[in-house]
Amino acid sequence: MNAPETMKQFRPKEFRHVGTRPVRPDGVDKVTGRALYGPDFKAPGMLWGAIVRSPHPHARIVSIDTKKAESLPGVKAVATGKDFPTLQSLVMHVGEGASDIVHVARNCLALDKVLYEGHAVAAVAATTPEIAREAAGLIAVEYEELPFVLGLEEALAEGAPLLHDDVFTKGVDPKPDKPSNASMRVEMGGGDVEGALAGAAVTVTGRYTMEPVHQGYIEPHACVASWGGDGQAQIWCSSQGHFAVRSLTASVLALPQADIRVMPLEIGGGFGGKTTIYLEPVAMILSKKSGRPVRLAMTREEVFRATGPAPGAVIDVRIGADADGTLVAADVEFKYHSGAYPAVDAGAGVASAIGHYKIANTRVVGTEVLCNRPAAKAYRAPGAPQVNFAVESAVDELAGKLGIDPLELRLKNAAVEGDPQTSGVPWGRIGWVECLEAAKAHPHWSAPLGPNQGRGLAGGYWGNYGGPSTVVVSLTEDGTFTVTTGSPDIGGSRAAMAIMAAETLGVPYEQVRCVIADTSSIGFSMVTGGSRTTFATGKAVVEAAREVKQVLCSRAAKMWNVAEDAVEWQDGEMVCTAGEKEGTRITVAQIAPRVAFMSGPVSCVAGINAAGWLPGFGLHICDTEVDTETGHVKIVRYTAIQDVGTAIHPDYVEGQIQGGAVQGIGWALNETYIYGENGKLDNPGFLDYRMPVASDLPMIDAVVVEVPNPDHPYGVKGVGEVPIVPPLAAVANAIHAATGKRLNSLPMSPDRVYAALHPEG
Amino acid sequence: MSKIHVSTTLNGDAAEFLCDPSASLLDALRDELGLTGSKEGCGSGDCGACTVVLDGEMVCSCLVFAAEAEGGTIQTIEGVAESAVLHPVQQKFLEHGALQCGFCTPGFIVAAKALLDRNPDPTETEVRYWLAGNLCRCTGYDKIVRAVMDAAAELRQDRPSERTPA
Ligand code: FES
Ligand code: FES
Repeated sequence: MNAPETMKQFRPKEFRHVGTRPVRPDGVDKVTGRALYGPDFKAPGMLWGAIVRSPHPHARIVSIDTKKAESLPGVKAVATGKDFPTLQSLVMHVGEGASDIVHVARNCLALDKVLYEGHAVAAVAATTPEIAREAAGLIAVEYEELPFVLGLEEALAEGAPLLHDDVFTKGVDPKPDKPSNASMRVEMGGGDVEGALAGAAVTVTGRYTMEPVHQGYIEPHACVASWGGDGQAQIWCSSQGHFAVRSLTASVLALPQADIRVMPLEIGGGFGGKTTIYLEPVAMILSKKSGRPVRLAMTREEVFRATGPAPGAVIDVRIGADADGTLVAADVEFKYHSGAYPAVDAGAGVASAIGHYKIANTRVVGTEVLCNRPAAKAYRAPGAPQVNFAVESAVDELAGKLGIDPLELRLKNAAVEGDPQTSGVPWGRIGWVECLEAAKAHPHWSAPLGPNQGRGLAGGYWGNYGGPSTVVVSLTEDGTFTVTTGSPDIGGSRAAMAIMAAETLGVPYEQVRCVIADTSSIGFSMVTGGSRTTFATGKAVVEAAREVKQVLCSRAAKMWNVAEDAVEWQDGEMVCTAGEKEGTRITVAQIAPRVAFMSGPVSCVAGINAAGWLPGFGLHICDTEVDTETGHVKIVRYTAIQDVGTAIHPDYVEGQIQGGAVQGIGWALNETYIYGENGKLDNPGFLDYRMPVASDLPMIDAVVVEVPNPDHPYGVKGVGEVPIVPPLAAVANAIHAATGKRLNSLPMSPDRVYAALHPEG
Repeated sequence: MSKIHVSTTLNGDAAEFLCDPSASLLDALRDELGLTGSKEGCGSGDCGACTVVLDGEMVCSCLVFAAEAEGGTIQTIEGVAESAVLHPVQQKFLEHGALQCGFCTPGFIVAAKALLDRNPDPTETEVRYWLAGNLCRCTGYDKIVRAVMDAAAELRQDRPSERTPA
């Protein structure tokens, strides 16, 4: 095994619970199989649904004949796109990015046109899954096939098949007069890029490409919906945001949000891909038509064909430096696949491209491109890894040309607090240099390498987020506490919430239990995404817990008949600090049975819009061993260093870093969507869409750097997304170090590595 | 089509169910017997989320016809904890934080227990190759491998340390 995880502390250890590693509150249920996930829920009398999907990448729907399906015994309802109400264009910001509800509805069930192979066109509900599948096969859809386009450059070419005749490129002035497959263009930067490149001592130029990849969560999408005759409905599903499920479903069905109650089930991974809806409104329509609860669930193949991949990309980079290694100019221009509907990764891509370096002259341009592929969805640091791969590969190449150590080159140019980001806004208290210093000091950086081995490194960042969260902290009658949030727990956040509440209240961790409430049982909370939950919902937890302390102190003051400011909270007890009762104490357990009957139960709500989030930075070091006979690349050692602000529960912080790094390794080496000439996906399963398995990997040494966020009570910055940003280039740079070959196209699969090593064929 | 009647021993108890001839053992466990601990990540034998032990052999229950379990002995995640306390593999998964979303966890625990039942002292490489049929998208496997190695060490010492009630 590699060196054990190390922790680098930039803060004094002053906490009782923060930074400890207790067992998570939902742990026993999850190791015994009792926890209920999306596909596990059943309602009495429930029907089973199935979805009919387009076999064509682009076609007009001429007709849909459902008669045969409807007459099959056991079939209770059939739905098509026509069952949605007429919708007006409305852009909603629910999760990681904005979506037009018309597009959300059409993606759930197509109307008029199908835009990708796998696009849903109809659905059935029947008494058994077998009947539902048979009935789906009986629905006859007549298509008029249209020319389709999959590639980025092809989709932008003159005369390319147009996906939408009402999409005009956003972000260009004046507004274009013709619709286009370029749905959005984002540009940032400043200075004289061409002049500075012309005057630079050394420049590198490169084009980098990749196809889309999938988030790869192991739990397929599933839901049960029950829409009663009185118009009120319940939906049970797993998602990264049940409030987003509610608002999107209500919008596409033109329902009041209060009429829909969404129950959050345990979620089996999302990585950004479960911040939208696919099945819920369809299950709702089937439920309304049949008068029974309806379950819809995807197969793995449906997940690959119809749910959000991350965009593929074409990225052009030019970077120039002075002879001493000072970066003087960077020009980055990229195109991302949006797939069937406008997506928004380009904005984050532009913001995440080169802001980690101080460069006086910059131009970063991103374009979103529509094409006949499934609609791209957020995937862990959406938009950042693709462009980072290009930039960090180019910086590595530059270091080689300059003859400067790649770590020293990065240190020399690293942005620090106060330096401008690409947008011009100055960075706050970031920990990028601290990560680079930690890398320099890490034994991995100076360890000897074996034959055919090479070492690469790459750094990257993600902006993180705050935003709205609601939390309720309640005192029970025996003095224990419940923390109720509206934030789905995707990787141990209940433990982090309980730790922060216990820390604030000064009570043992086990006396605080955290649950996630349904949409009718707590106020709005944004999705679990953007690395916001421990920061934003955590801030709300602390605020509500502080109020609980205050209320309890005032109750004690009343009981003792002293002024409110004469009672203080100390380690979970109320202490009288003035007057004749001075020194009198009462524990929470002593006062708890009485408080409800004094001036009412103690239950405090914090509804906040959390500001003050800070970005996270990471630096990854990767050793590869390349088999020159086969082109196979083995990762032999991997270290991922990241500034997280403060690690509330270090196990789950390290876990995020390790998991993100491994997703990035998969993206670098194996994973890719493969489409045939016919516009159909050739690898819609885990056998051919090859994600990393345990035997592919070494231990992943997660090094947690802590440069606390001054705007969070415990210093949290956010963790989850950063670690997928650096691995693509870290692996590429390690392959270059091992072989002298630079691979600019992902994945760096054995055939490509072999071809690079044996150009003669 | 008429259903098939199947009798099995499931986690030590007699269990009977009716199934469609095309139904997988995983379908029967989840839909007929109500044991949803075994998960379906793929239905094609590629993710291991559905791992159970059938007549002493570790199998992907999505690849076994339910009817094939006739007369068989099945152990699922629901039967791993013995006498109301967690099995050391379960305990170590909790202590190491070896799960994030937890969806892959039942499959990993059943597979890891099957490994330790036949090899009490596996190397890290042996653990990694034994578990190579189980996909986890969240953890990067690091903490899973550590948890399994630690559970093996504890089982070898035959010293039941603090175990959480199941
Ligand atoms: S569900 Fe059986 S292996 Fe994936
Ligand atoms: S913990 Fe989520 S897939 Fe393994």
